[in-house]
Amino acid sequence: MLNSIKGLALTFMSTLRGLRKPVTHQYPNSGSLLGKRAVPTPVQDRFMGFPALTWDQEVGEPFCTSCMVCIRNCPTQCMTATMKDNPLNAEGKSSRRKIVDQFEINLNRCILCGICVEVCNFDAIVMSHEHEMSTYQRNGDRVDLPALLTIGKRYQYKTGWQPVATKVKKAPAPQPVAAPAEGEAKG
Amino acid sequence: MCPNMVETHANLAAGGQPVEMLLNMGPQHPSTHGVFRLVLWIDGEKIVRAEPHIGYLHRGSEKLCEGEQYHQVITLFDRLDYVANFNNEWAYCRAVEKLMGLAVPERAEYARVILGELNRIASHLLYVGTMGLDAGAMTPSMFCFRGRERVQALFEAVSGARMMHNYFRIGGLKEELPENFRQLMSGLLPLLKKDVEESDKILTFNEIFLARLKGVGAIGAPEAVDFGFTGPCLRACGVEYDCRRAQPYSVYDRFEFEVPVGLDGDCWDRHWVRVQEMYQSLRIIEQALAQMPEGPVTSPLGRRLIRPPKGEVYVRAENPRGELGVYLVSDGTDKPYRVKVRPPSFCNLSAIQRLLQNSWIADSVVILGSLDIVLGEVDR
Repeated sequence: MLNSIKGLALTFMSTLRGLRKPVTHQYPNSGSLLGKRAVPTPVQDRFMGFPALTWDQEVGEPFCTSCMVCIRNCPTQCMTATMKDNPLNAEGKSSRRKIVDQFEINLNRCILCGICVEVCNFDAIVMSHEHEMSTYQRNGDRVDLPALLTIGKRYQYKTGWQPVATKVKKAPAPQPVAAPAEGEAKG
Repeated sequence: MCPNMVETHANLAAGGQPVEMLLNMGPQHPSTHGVFRLVLWIDGEKIVRAEPHIGYLHRGSEKLCEGEQYHQVITLFDRLDYVANFNNEWAYCRAVEKLMGLAVPERAEYARVILGELNRIASHLLYVGTMGLDAGAMTPSMFCFRGRERVQALFEAVSGARMMHNYFRIGGLKEELPENFRQLMSGLLPLLKKDVEESDKILTFNEIFLARLKGVGAIGAPEAVDFGFTGPCLRACGVEYDCRRAQPYSVYDRFEFEVPVGLDGDCWDRHWVRVQEMYQSLRIIEQALAQMPEGPVTSPLGRRLIRPPKGEVYVRAENPRGELGVYLVSDGTDKPYRVKVRPPSFCNLSAIQRLLQNSWIADSVVILGSLDIVLGEVDR
């Protein structure tokens, strides 16, 4: 009998404590029952939401060169990409000779494992903090390049993201003769 | 009314013997812990015969492993026992490391121990909560889920995901632990200790709970060994067998901890062993935090493609549910030739027919709950 009463006392004490400060949160808007705030559910810094592409603000183009490393390493094959010649490289503004043309991620297939981010050599893909992206259409979660960049830019703006070990060098100083020399060197 | 019941009533009305009734429990029954179907032949309230049906959650994980590269297989192991993800990843990573003869950085080993033991506590807390629900107690699940939530918040801070972490790598970890890891742990541990104590206090020795569980679903030690019981289910029968003690892996030989052992092998003993294990896990975590050295945590291989040499390897690990075995065959390519998983839940579940025989229908829920199965692991 005693142990049952002990359990009841524990529940009663928790109830009293709960009256002062509830443990539960409102969803989707966090905050208590009385003071609702229109902010999304808080996540940790390392939270892995849906993947997104990042934007190189210095040059004004995506970091992604469509090198297909993430696509080959994806366990669920949820991504596709195509490559094109970079028009900004021809003008000498960017050091990327190739750039992403189309990029599509099927977020329904994505398992949020973060392998794509790990293997990327250009810091072009990040796990954003986006996680509330349900749609009513079956194919509504197929996200194309502009949408991915929008999510990525939002993530960059919010968290102050900086490329860590980007291997793409800064655009060379404007030397009109540099362009053919580069072509020769690469042969 | 099911046809058998009509028959029974007709028989009884004619002055005859009652006919066995067939009762389907699951696959959508709330107390089958997933999609698990149990066909019960009952005579009144007594179970005459039970037949388990598994495979509703079969995804062909073992076959899928053959089509993925070694570093991608970790994501599949996350999804076997989906309430103890770190322990699963750990077993697979150890299998590949053993095959390659790869040494893991010291700090990574300690981090793995801490995360693995935390996951054990989270898993056992979930068990205690659902056990309470099965036995008819609503409140303990609230307490337990609060404690589990704290652990998962830490997991999110460390790995970025609450459940499918994909944080362990072959030869180390994915990245360094967060800078405030020790701070997070020192904030979490007292609260978690309190949660474990509360979950213990509210349920374990409660008179109603005792009356419901004591002496129910008992199984003797020799029989349990024959069925291939491992983990808390085996230790509840009085067999002191713990992989961490019997064949210490990682750095487990450096910690002091006890292996709690039950007496009768009934439902309550299984429950008690799990509750005691949570205290022992807390002890291990405290020691590991104190001993954890500085240094690298990532693999010495870097991001090179993993191609283990030809050969085969078997690795066992003490998971919250029992002994997880990983049998791995490599043919020297970048994908495993064969991966066989020895899931603890499946072997523990194999005794369900024996345990349910001649028990009451009301007890079947408790017996199934005390085995603590995870269907993701049973069906694979």
